[in-house]
Amino acid sequence: MGALFRRDLVLGLRAGGGALTGLLFFLAVIATIPFGVGPDLGLLARIGPAILWIGALLAGLLGLDRLFQADRDDGSLDLLILAEARHLLPLTVFVKCLAHWTASVLPLVIASPLLGLFMNMSPPSIVATALTLLVGTPAIAFIGAAGAAVAVALPRGGVLVSVLVLPLAIPVLIFGVSASYAATADPDPFLPPFLILAALTLFLGVVGPVAAALALRFAAD
Amino acid sequence: MRLHAENLSGERGGSAVFSGVGFSLGAGDALLVTGPNGAGKSTLLRVVAGLLPAAEGRVGLEGEDPETWPSVGAACHYLGHLNALQPALGLAENLLFWQRFLGASLLEVDAALAAVGLAGLGHLPCGALSTGQRRRAAIARLLVSRRPIWLLDEPTAGLDRAAETRFDAILARHRDDGGIVLAATHAPLGLAGAVELALPGAG
Repeated sequence: MGALFRRDLVLGLRAGGGALTGLLFFLAVIATIPFGVGPDLGLLARIGPAILWIGALLAGLLGLDRLFQADRDDGSLDLLILAEARHLLPLTVFVKCLAHWTASVLPLVIASPLLGLFMNMSPPSIVATALTLLVGTPAIAFIGAAGAAVAVALPRGGVLVSVLVLPLAIPVLIFGVSASYAATADPDPFLPPFLILAALTLFLGVVGPVAAALALRFAAD
Repeated sequence: MRLHAENLSGERGGSAVFSGVGFSLGAGDALLVTGPNGAGKSTLLRVVAGLLPAAEGRVGLEGEDPETWPSVGAACHYLGHLNALQPALGLAENLLFWQRFLGASLLEVDAALAAVGLAGLGHLPCGALSTGQRRRAAIARLLVSRRPIWLLDEPTAGLDRAAETRFDAILARHRDDGGIVLAATHAPLGLAGAVELALPGAG
């Protein structure tokens, strides 16, 4: 399993792996928002956490279709499925999700404090948003795996993956953003939405890989 | 160990491509699956591996501790049309990954590369290799970890004469060690004493 994680991580980070694409997309979205919204600093600070979350969500969806496609293109997917007696298929999917998250989404989380400055966010708000992104974005990778597995047999499944996954990712977005806001808006409690966000990640961490494994097994024609 | 198949039927896209196929292979045996295009050679191999469900019949292992090989798929090396090598990774990196992932190490990566005539090329990315070299690298994957059953789908596609001879020797050694070979092919393979299974095809 360690070998699979390392391999997928290296593949994600090397040229053509798509890790940089997501980061550049995230940068582009956040950097253009202030030009579009205008120089109202208060407004920027107010919508900042939401914009960061939406940007990270869309950037995270960008590379998802490649999650199994690269393995299917070269025939590795058959071997991953065949090795099921040794490595449980949902576990294999889980490790692939983790590697994908580390290569493509973790850089977004690390870049988010800097981009928070673009949005004139206050330091507590920046910290809270980065923290919620760190806890919440794995859920997007896990549920995305199920979408990617369903679309793996289709030649151009990229958009379909996003459309399939987006509705399922909405709860993650809602609780992620509300926890980020609660850090600065005084009467709102931070902990309840944050804990629900963590619970969502844990829940989807189980459901996503199991669903993806089922879909992959039926897609192996 | 024996690999048994009884009354197997396979279908592709909802229509049957072969039916009533049965065989029983012991240690050292080889089965050569032949037939015209579309006769279901690849489908048969995938059904045996468990990648496709059998429409009818069953495949099973006998005389083997279920702890070692819990299923037919677990005991198989599958060499399909595709080579299962990531083009962005180096040759040795690819093989090392498969060795670690599949477990049951047999040969070291360097030794496996030398056995298929790719010694010293381990650092090259797979995308930079020729078709034949990639096929040889895929054959080297069979050598880095131990599996008693080899399912080979057109294994010599793209290989030159020298590599074919070398591959025949690899197959012979695998069978001497008690391995089982199922090969679907049009080209004659040097499988001495192999049972031939001719799939009739639609026509």
